[in-house]
Amino acid sequence: MALQFSRRTVVHAIGLAVMVTLPVVADAAGNPFLTTVASRVLIYAIAAVSLDIILGFGAMVSFGHGAFFGIGAYVVGILTHHAFNGSVVPFLPGEWMGTTSAILQWPLAILVSGFFALIIGALSLRTQGVYFIMITLAFAQMLYYLMISLPTYGGEDGLNLWERSHLAPFDLYDEQQFYYLTLALLLAFVALTRRIVNSRFGMVLKGCKQNEPRMKALGFATYRYKLTAFVIAGMGAGLAGALAANHTEFVGPGMMHWTRSGEIMVMVILGGMGTVVGPILGAATLLMMEEVLSQYTEHWMVILGPFLVVVVLFLRGGIYGWLVGQTPEQDREQGDD
Amino acid sequence: MTDPVLEVFELTKSFGAVAASDGLTFSVKRGEIHALIGPNGAGKTTAIGQLSGEIQPDSGRVRFDGQDVTHMPTYRRAQLGLQRSYQITSLFPEFTAEDNVAMAIQAQQGHSFQFWARAKRDASLRQPARLALGRVGLEDKANIKVTELAHGEQRQLELAMVLATGPTMLLLDEPMAGMGQSESLAMMEILRPLKGEVGILLVEHDMDVVFALADVVSVLVKGTVLMTGTPEQVRANAEVRKAYLGDED
Amino acid sequence: MTLVLFLEQTLNGLQQGVMLFLMAAGLTLVFGIMHLINLAHGSLYMVGAYVTASVTMASGNFAVGVVAGMAAAGVVGMAVELLALRRLYGRDHLDQVLATFGVILTFNELTKIIWGAQAMFLSTPEWLSGTVEIIPGAPYPAYRLFIIAIGLTVGLGLRHLIVNTRLGMLIRAGATTREMVGALGVDIDRLFTVVFGIGAMLAGLAGAMAGPMLAIEVGMGEKILILTFVVIIIGGIGSVRGALVGALLVGLVDTFGRAFLPLIMRAFFDPATADSVGASMSSMTIYVLMALVLIWRPRGLFQAYGG
Repeated sequence: MALQFSRRTVVHAIGLAVMVTLPVVADAAGNPFLTTVASRVLIYAIAAVSLDIILGFGAMVSFGHGAFFGIGAYVVGILTHHAFNGSVVPFLPGEWMGTTSAILQWPLAILVSGFFALIIGALSLRTQGVYFIMITLAFAQMLYYLMISLPTYGGEDGLNLWERSHLAPFDLYDEQQFYYLTLALLLAFVALTRRIVNSRFGMVLKGCKQNEPRMKALGFATYRYKLTAFVIAGMGAGLAGALAANHTEFVGPGMMHWTRSGEIMVMVILGGMGTVVGPILGAATLLMMEEVLSQYTEHWMVILGPFLVVVVLFLRGGIYGWLVGQTPEQDREQGDD
Repeated sequence: MTDPVLEVFELTKSFGAVAASDGLTFSVKRGEIHALIGPNGAGKTTAIGQLSGEIQPDSGRVRFDGQDVTHMPTYRRAQLGLQRSYQITSLFPEFTAEDNVAMAIQAQQGHSFQFWARAKRDASLRQPARLALGRVGLEDKANIKVTELAHGEQRQLELAMVLATGPTMLLLDEPMAGMGQSESLAMMEILRPLKGEVGILLVEHDMDVVFALADVVSVLVKGTVLMTGTPEQVRANAEVRKAYLGDED
Repeated sequence: MTLVLFLEQTLNGLQQGVMLFLMAAGLTLVFGIMHLINLAHGSLYMVGAYVTASVTMASGNFAVGVVAGMAAAGVVGMAVELLALRRLYGRDHLDQVLATFGVILTFNELTKIIWGAQAMFLSTPEWLSGTVEIIPGAPYPAYRLFIIAIGLTVGLGLRHLIVNTRLGMLIRAGATTREMVGALGVDIDRLFTVVFGIGAMLAGLAGAMAGPMLAIEVGMGEKILILTFVVIIIGGIGSVRGALVGALLVGLVDTFGRAFLPLIMRAFFDPATADSVGASMSSMTIYVLMALVLIWRPRGLFQAYGG
């Protein structure tokens, strides 16, 4: 059998190689800060991939995704805060004083974001189109203002985390270990997303994206499937938030602001909607551009703004689509093998 | 076997000042091909919409297979075996022909909250899909994306999708819209054997098709049924000629 | 709570509502007719504020500043429409959201480059800085009355335009049957640019008048943009009447919320906590309002093209 590597396989292989070797190379090049930046990219990549599930596959344009990211972060922040202070977590039964154990915090972050996604999704999915966009935005803003109003948890200034989560045997203060842990979580999440997207459930989502009325006419209770996808996506964002809280040792209401949702959305579109892997590229591109451009000028936004407009207008499959040389739909056909 | 599979009582629906359905009453027997004809604006598509559940009537009742489905959402009716095809092609443009049919079949196989197994390799979906495509003559187009199919082939696909679900009753809204002569004939040969198996409500403009296929014809004028009878009776009726056949060029 | 206080807050709510109406009318027209979601509408408001401030400070004349601000917003708006937005008509909403998001980013940065990152402040012009005793016993700021007056005048003018003029008829026709209007020999592209320009000028006017009341800074556009979207969602996209009702509703609810929620909270908490909780709850009220409206009426209160 002749070895025939599609462009897609090559791109994936190179990407994987880069992600795996980056910290080692960075260290060797005397630039370990790069690893820290890369961790940030990976964290946002998880958030972006989670958004792609509903945006790229389900055509649900949610401007509230940042809310779930923020919730995940705040769960970790609040639990750490109470553990550190030795104070009791309010509104919960018993006298729990929080925890810094990742085994407890992170799954809890995922569950709590999932829970909020269930409520917000259940209400928002009664609407469609631009109304859906606005109502998801509204809910995110409500949460944003809520967190600002709670002085115990920092209010507008946010909350500092005095300790990162504990996850034996890892030392999460070690940048390299943190990076590899995040990478492992990202790859696991991507693999999971890929299976979901190619399953019967995924087909329903894709069908809803293309022609929801027909899906109903065929016999699908589309609301239930969209809501489920919305919750899964919210949980993914929650995981990303938990990691972000650790990474920056800070949580703030800004994480929930609608402009944060906008940024994540940009990452998905820039990278390539509906490709599962594209958003990783999108996160990398956007954050790297910020890093690099901001060293030249503090007005780097002037470049990013038009760049974004151009990508939307002309690069239909995002950067991933351009690299792989196909539209996202064609890619998906291949990707199912 | 001769009890009605679909009963419509006094369906009324107005859009503003226009009464699209005005006391619509008729019934379709099991296995019967029942044509619904009428001049433009008579309210045929609105009628179909109320039967499929996509439009809510202002008043009246719809009974399907013994159940009152008047206020039942569309997806529930489909699960019960009432399937609809569209006058303006409504497919999944990015999917292949086989994907489209597989989707229809998947809807009938219980819930789709399965997250792990790859749907495109699921024989219980793909095999019946291929069979259904074969029935309408689209086997060799199975892996072609819908956007690359010719119009006639898309209409065939519309039909394949609803047939694949093993329906109790079909609502076919001008299935041959925009098709050429030979394509229409081919489709008639696909529909003909369904007589006796599946109840069909067929909205049609083409009189040749109606006379060739229909057991019963209802003439719809201004939202209400002018008369119901065999094709010959309808053809001979003077009022019908005046209201409808007389206006046709 | 006294009657006087109530009346004062009502006037405040009206004033805020009127400002929101100026923003919402343009946005809803553009959406209703061109089916374009324009996130950059807030940037036009910002342009209006900045230009008015600069021109007023340079010329010493507020009226001149306002006219300049409106004109600048109108011109900038039409330029952006011609260069970028026109390609977005007919594209799906997501593309429009993203592209206009990119426009916001660009504008914000350009503003920082031209005017610097510090906030600007504009003082109320002399002839409007007094008070009027419109409520007996309670002098009310003349400037706010001025805004209400201008807003209502514009509202009437807009209604006249839409109902009684040829342009208005084209707008209403363009909203329903674009191809027909084109077939009748009307240059639909030019019509769209004009509509966009009108919306932009209204936004610029809002920004111009907001100048003396707020800090003029980058990001002011986004804040009011969200409120504006809430207004048109509540009112129903594409309906100018809905924009008016929605704007007044939001203005009143928001104002009353801010004024009275902290007071209400004092029944439950100590004054300091009450104020802080009340303040953020009042930020939430309009979102809660919108969520409630959408749950009841998923497409807003009024149908598009209700005039």
